[in-house]
Amino acid sequence: MALKKFVVGCFTEEQTLFDAVKKVRKAGYKLHDVYTPFPIHGLDKAMGLRDTSIHTAGFLYGLFGTTTALSFMTWAFTKDWPLNVGGKPHFALPAWIPIMFEFTVLCACVGMVLTFCYLCQLAPFVRKHHFHPRATDDLFVMVIELTPKSNESEISNFLSNAGATEINVQQAETGWWLGRYDKEKRLYRDEEAVSA
Amino acid sequence: MALLKYESQVRPPLVEGTKDYHQVTEDIIRPIEAPPSRLWWIGFLISVALLLFGVYSVYREVTYGVGQWNLNKTIGWGWDITNFVWWVGIGHAGTLISAILLLFRQGWRTGVNRAAEAMTIFAVMCAGQFPIWHMGRVWMAFFVLPYPNTRGPLWVNFNSPLLWDVFAISTYFTVSLLFWYSGLIPDLATVRDRAKLKWRKFMYGVLAMGWTGSTKHWQRHESLSLVLAGLSTPLVLSVHTVVSFDFATSVIPGWHTTIFPPYFVAGAIFSGFAMVQTLLVVTRKVLKLEEYITIEHIEVMNKVIVLTGSIVGIAYLTELFISWYGQNPYEGWAFAKNRLDPFSPYGWSYWLMMGCNVISPQIFWFRKLRRNLVVTFFMSVIVNIGMWFERFVIIVTSIYRDYLPSSWSTYYRPTVWEVGFYLGTFGLFFTCYFLFSKFFPVIAVAEIKHILKKSGESYKKNMDELERKSPDELYHDTHGDHH
Repeated sequence: MALKKFVVGCFTEEQTLFDAVKKVRKAGYKLHDVYTPFPIHGLDKAMGLRDTSIHTAGFLYGLFGTTTALSFMTWAFTKDWPLNVGGKPHFALPAWIPIMFEFTVLCACVGMVLTFCYLCQLAPFVRKHHFHPRATDDLFVMVIELTPKSNESEISNFLSNAGATEINVQQAETGWWLGRYDKEKRLYRDEEAVSA
Repeated sequence: MALLKYESQVRPPLVEGTKDYHQVTEDIIRPIEAPPSRLWWIGFLISVALLLFGVYSVYREVTYGVGQWNLNKTIGWGWDITNFVWWVGIGHAGTLISAILLLFRQGWRTGVNRAAEAMTIFAVMCAGQFPIWHMGRVWMAFFVLPYPNTRGPLWVNFNSPLLWDVFAISTYFTVSLLFWYSGLIPDLATVRDRAKLKWRKFMYGVLAMGWTGSTKHWQRHESLSLVLAGLSTPLVLSVHTVVSFDFATSVIPGWHTTIFPPYFVAGAIFSGFAMVQTLLVVTRKVLKLEEYITIEHIEVMNKVIVLTGSIVGIAYLTELFISWYGQNPYEGWAFAKNRLDPFSPYGWSYWLMMGCNVISPQIFWFRKLRRNLVVTFFMSVIVNIGMWFERFVIIVTSIYRDYLPSSWSTYYRPTVWEVGFYLGTFGLFFTCYFLFSKFFPVIAVAEIKHILKKSGESYKKNMDELERKSPDELYHDTHGDHH
């Protein structure tokens, strides 16, 4: 995890943003991410991101819940302690459906939310670099990573031609961490960057 | 290019006035940043006082036992279980608005879903108190959980509807909370990024858990919301179904009916929407959100109220019919003598229920009354009084004169501590709601922004500009569009 350099361009209209994304990809710049205040349908496709498979994870968690509930109740009521409830069968499948259903939903929901938090690196006290405070308000913030092949002013010009209203260059740590910066805004933990 | 500008003649815009994204943020977040008003303090302190009275009532009950309540051998479930079912029912509207209307792609839900979901969570919290404290020896409450114990291990009875209820209510609470909070995260990040004060930035930073608004994260967020909605929809139906099983699987005349699950679910939605109206009619006024929670929202919810009220009415009549048609003397007695007869000891409660739930909501067939805020507020309270009496009727009138006349009990009246407990849950509910409305965005900011372009005055303005363009120009602009 080292510090990287980024060119940040802010857009105010979805349509210009979409066009700009297309142009960036065509020009071959490394599109780091686009930060938006609300979900924009189709932007993920335009950026070339693949579909999320979080719902598949949810299905698996649900399946885990169903089998756990069923096998636990079967074991408890037929093997471990066959309780006689008014002479009814020990293996009382219809009566277990409510609990199997509830446990399925519980496992799927809790599992999915935890997976979501893990994938998006969401947790209390996590620190991340925020490229623009208005990215959660009214700006669509496009962030292009600088590579040895691209240069700063070229990308800045490119973004302003594409319709960005506000352009700046930022040095940032893109991962997440629980630590602090030093005075020069470099990560304490990142020895390399601090000594450089 | 007139065809491009599709504007529904039937449905008015969901958000009124010309607004840009920043204006939406301003309007909804401003109340969080302003100091609380005098009115807020008065309401909050009354709620806290009620809560404290409730805490004391519960303290009495725990210290001296369930004898602090006027329950007896015949009426073993009185106010407490009535209140439990009443609060659970109220919770259902929140999930209905947030989950079922999401699946049905009902755009209007965005104005009201956040507050309704919060209401769900607080209502379920209140509901949970009643069965827990009704246990009497509440320190044994963990016995309801299937855990390896030293008594065998002796497991809980998985065939019992009361245990299904434990699973249903706790799952419902957990899932509602997760659904609500995952929707809140982006909005909390908005508050965080606007914050000028250090403590506010820190607090909302912790709550927003480092949300950035990355496209990939939004993609996952959308997928998560959709799946949670898909899971919550059968869940919410199952919860009140299971609550109705508490009654329907028993052999008590008046409870032992197969109509209970759909009848309970309809009643739950009915009372839940009424509570949403009670809260939002006030909230939109106090927080000046009339352009987001519009009169249209109120009207749509009133339509749901008249629909579900009528479904409940049909269920009442069906019950009566079946009690006669079934020719079971005990069932017939429960309905004809214990309920229908207005001069029987609790007959008045049956007719109060009929009046509040079936007859009075019919005024919402009139558009003018559906759109009247005073009438709406008044009716929403009436409906919830009626729905409370529905549960009271189901519970008390079915059991107070049972199979054995020598154990009939016609004098059940709650003690002050029983009433105090109920008032205490009002305190809990409104304390939570006041805190929520002060510290959290009561409207889903990101979702409103999402529908703003498709609905609202600014959309029309953009479309007017588009209309003026020539077809060639337009084709050039939108060719290869993302859609």
